[in-house]
Amino acid sequence: MEKKRFEPGRLKGWLYLLPAILFLGAFMVYPLVDVFVYSFEEGYNSASQTYLGVGWYNYSYVLHDPYFLQAVKNTLILVAVTVPLSTGLALLISVGLSSIGRLKNLFQTIYFLPYVTNTLAVGLVFMILFKKTAYSDGLINFLITSFGGNAVDFIDGPYWAKMLVLCIYTTWVVLPFKILILTSALASVSQEYYNAARVDGTSKLRIFGRITLPMISPMIFYLVITGFIGAFKAYSDVVALFGTNLNAAEMNTIVGYVYDMLYGDSGGYPSYASAAAILLFVIILTITCVNLLVSKKSVPNEAGGM
Amino acid sequence: MEVILENLTKTFPGRGRQRQVVTAVKDVTFRIPDGKLIGLLGPSGCGKSTTLNLISGLIRPTTGSIFFGEDDVTSLPPEHRGIGLVFQNYALYPHLTVKQNILFPLQNLKGKERPSKEEMRKKAFEAARLVQIEDLMDRRPKELSGGQQQRVAIARALVKMPKVLLLDEPLSNLDARLRLQTREEIRRIQRETGITTIFVTHDQEEAMSISDEIVVMHEGVIRQTGRPQEVYDDPASLFVAKFLGSPPINVFEGRIRDGRLLIGEEAVLLAKGVEDQEVTVGIRPEGFVLQEDGPLGCRLNGVEVMGRDISVVSSHPAAQSRTIRSIIASENRVDTASETVRFALLPHKVFLFEKESGNRICCQTERPGE
Amino acid sequence: MTGIDYEKLEKSARIRQRAVRVVTYVFLAVWAVIVLFPFYWMLLTSVKSYGAYNSEYVPRFYTLSPTLKNYADAFTAVPLGRYLINTAIFAVATTALMLGVIVLAAFALARLEFRGKNLVFVIFLSLMMIPNELVIITNFVTVTNLDLRNTFLGLILPSVTSVFYIYLLKENFEQIPDNLYYAAKVDGTSDLKYLFKVMLPISRPTLITITILKVIECWNSYVWPRLITDDEAYYLVSNGIQEIRENGFGRENIPAMMAAVVVISIPLIILFLVFRNKIMEGVSRGGTKG
Repeated sequence: MEKKRFEPGRLKGWLYLLPAILFLGAFMVYPLVDVFVYSFEEGYNSASQTYLGVGWYNYSYVLHDPYFLQAVKNTLILVAVTVPLSTGLALLISVGLSSIGRLKNLFQTIYFLPYVTNTLAVGLVFMILFKKTAYSDGLINFLITSFGGNAVDFIDGPYWAKMLVLCIYTTWVVLPFKILILTSALASVSQEYYNAARVDGTSKLRIFGRITLPMISPMIFYLVITGFIGAFKAYSDVVALFGTNLNAAEMNTIVGYVYDMLYGDSGGYPSYASAAAILLFVIILTITCVNLLVSKKSVPNEAGGM
Repeated sequence: MEVILENLTKTFPGRGRQRQVVTAVKDVTFRIPDGKLIGLLGPSGCGKSTTLNLISGLIRPTTGSIFFGEDDVTSLPPEHRGIGLVFQNYALYPHLTVKQNILFPLQNLKGKERPSKEEMRKKAFEAARLVQIEDLMDRRPKELSGGQQQRVAIARALVKMPKVLLLDEPLSNLDARLRLQTREEIRRIQRETGITTIFVTHDQEEAMSISDEIVVMHEGVIRQTGRPQEVYDDPASLFVAKFLGSPPINVFEGRIRDGRLLIGEEAVLLAKGVEDQEVTVGIRPEGFVLQEDGPLGCRLNGVEVMGRDISVVSSHPAAQSRTIRSIIASENRVDTASETVRFALLPHKVFLFEKESGNRICCQTERPGE
Repeated sequence: MTGIDYEKLEKSARIRQRAVRVVTYVFLAVWAVIVLFPFYWMLLTSVKSYGAYNSEYVPRFYTLSPTLKNYADAFTAVPLGRYLINTAIFAVATTALMLGVIVLAAFALARLEFRGKNLVFVIFLSLMMIPNELVIITNFVTVTNLDLRNTFLGLILPSVTSVFYIYLLKENFEQIPDNLYYAAKVDGTSDLKYLFKVMLPISRPTLITITILKVIECWNSYVWPRLITDDEAYYLVSNGIQEIRENGFGRENIPAMMAAVVVISIPLIILFLVFRNKIMEGVSRGGTKG
């Protein structure tokens, strides 16, 4: 008979991991499996916790739901506008930041401020800046009319106006992170490269295009990928601007649709919510893979600081 | 191209609480003849790199002027100076191939100066041939050894045929064997192109071995210039004497009394025409001669055989360092069992310095009894 | 080439340089204003009186008669104090629990040897890629079934582990030289004692960074609290502000609303100003908001 050797180290290791495994198991792994199960259970009733059958009906329902299609459209517009806009703007600002000496720290601190503020709270400020009420057209409209334009209600008005505010606010919210990452990426490019380029009489534009950009391109791609993911998951900034009843405002996002299905006025349908969440996940996964493929082709893997 | 530095001074605003101004280079005046290889030599922080950067134009002097030939280039930006600069870490663009790296400076040219594509290619290959890296043109810097990267950096600096080539610590990132090889290479390239070349190093051996002239700097000031052998044989100060030579010079406390040089109580040499005073004595390792009745007696610590010659390690109470190292031809036999060893000194290998300032005292020294 | 030529070159280069610098500073300053303006506007509006604000058809950029009445309203008309206390409890409890869980896990992964360790680590890493949106649905159902809605436990439980912070801490622990561990073992120090007496003090900077980032995350969390609480007694600030926006103050009392916004923004801004470098360093190492 073989005696089992007692290994104290082995047990101890698992003991230390136990809390983490329990929590992750209960609130991450199990839900991950369960969400797929939900998404295939047709006619699930959350009160009795029973279902009628198994199949693709939930997906088909979601894909035919005009609210979902509206949410997809909104999300796509938001992604298509804010990702390039915020990345480009962040690049411009970071380049400006790294070229100055005085006041650099002050500017950096100011630019980072939106990152640590409550999205919902500052969203309210944006709302009153853009909102047109019975008493006042709001500050932004005041600026528009003083330049000869017509006042628009950006919060309860036409679709394009609401989308515009959303894009502006989203960009304002995501920029701090991008500026921070790009500024440190720029700082990690060794000064020697710039000196070498200067001695060779390289023009500023060419230094930027041929040296700086290739060297920080891995970071730019990182920002584009995280930017895509973040924009696809947009929700709380939309709520901040337009309130919780997003379907009525035609401003719902995919994540908003998921939560509305789960809870709230139209809620109580975890199966539809699961199907929508999985669809979102598939979209994000696809876009991330495409991004990675593109970046592998165009980012030289040797690039980086010295 | 002749390079002339006139009263160059560079100060940097200080950091920290005191904000003391740091003077990196102080009143440097020096003329670099056309077509020579010059070594700027000194310990780290002596201002040699700052001097190089002043010549390159990457930084501007606080006062003073720089001339390239007849032209005052003091405030001319680097790209208009016609220089090639090789950086300590080479600064090769990691995302470009060797060929693209070498082509880079040419592609910056505009208008009439810009060569055609074919000419650029030809020039790049010429530069590559000069440093013998034609086979590596399509590699990325990461795929090259340190020595090869160094060559690429030199090729990139040479491709525009600069009037002056500047190298910042060109060998410091190479291992010992490559260093020997590369310094010969730099010498060869400089000879072949005839470009006035200035390189910075903290390694005296490196500077001595390939330079036409060396410039020894310390604390922002030029201490001595001249051909390497001259400077070695005739150091102007204790600093220069200590800095040059390997193994380093042996330093003793000594006195001049009645025309004789005393180390401890022993009169080791005759010193004519010098007032009685306390002095610092520097004796090159090869300045010692074994002699049974020699005037300098030292405590023998050991003998290291190095093949061609032997190194006698001894100590003396008046020496500034714990051990004295003397190099003696291997024909000599040292009685290792003996506790003491006696030396006679070669007068031209013995230098006297003022005790306070460290300046050289010029005088005639002779072996006693000759 | 002659000397005159040089001078010209130099002059034009200097002028161009100065122009570029001016443009850069102007651009940066404009952006700084855009960033700061909402904060200014929120402060400004919060000290305008209700009457004054509503009578301004054209909004004014300053006020001559600042009032603190809105702040009083914010605390009396709606339970803002309750929201703040709830959020503080939530943030402190979540962060404390999380630190305990991740420290133990990171220690096991970095220091202890046991079979299956690598597998666990790989699984942990792959969990980093799972978006919260995917698991929140079941968690909602789970917490509802456990009857934990409108309790702190329900709020806290799903966020007491963070795979990312375990990873961050593990990396940090691994940089502590093995020799220290062996030396401690020779002296008969137990693993747990070694963890608390040696590893934690050495890793203090990372722990502080993690703590701050987690507190910020808790302070700003909105989605989960919204799903799990519908009793005002358990609202956090984000939900509180949403509630204020939809139902509080009678819809149009914007100055009071802004006062509430100021109150819930200030703790984080102070935290940020104090730990500026830690926060920025921590975020650049692994923040993902954006």
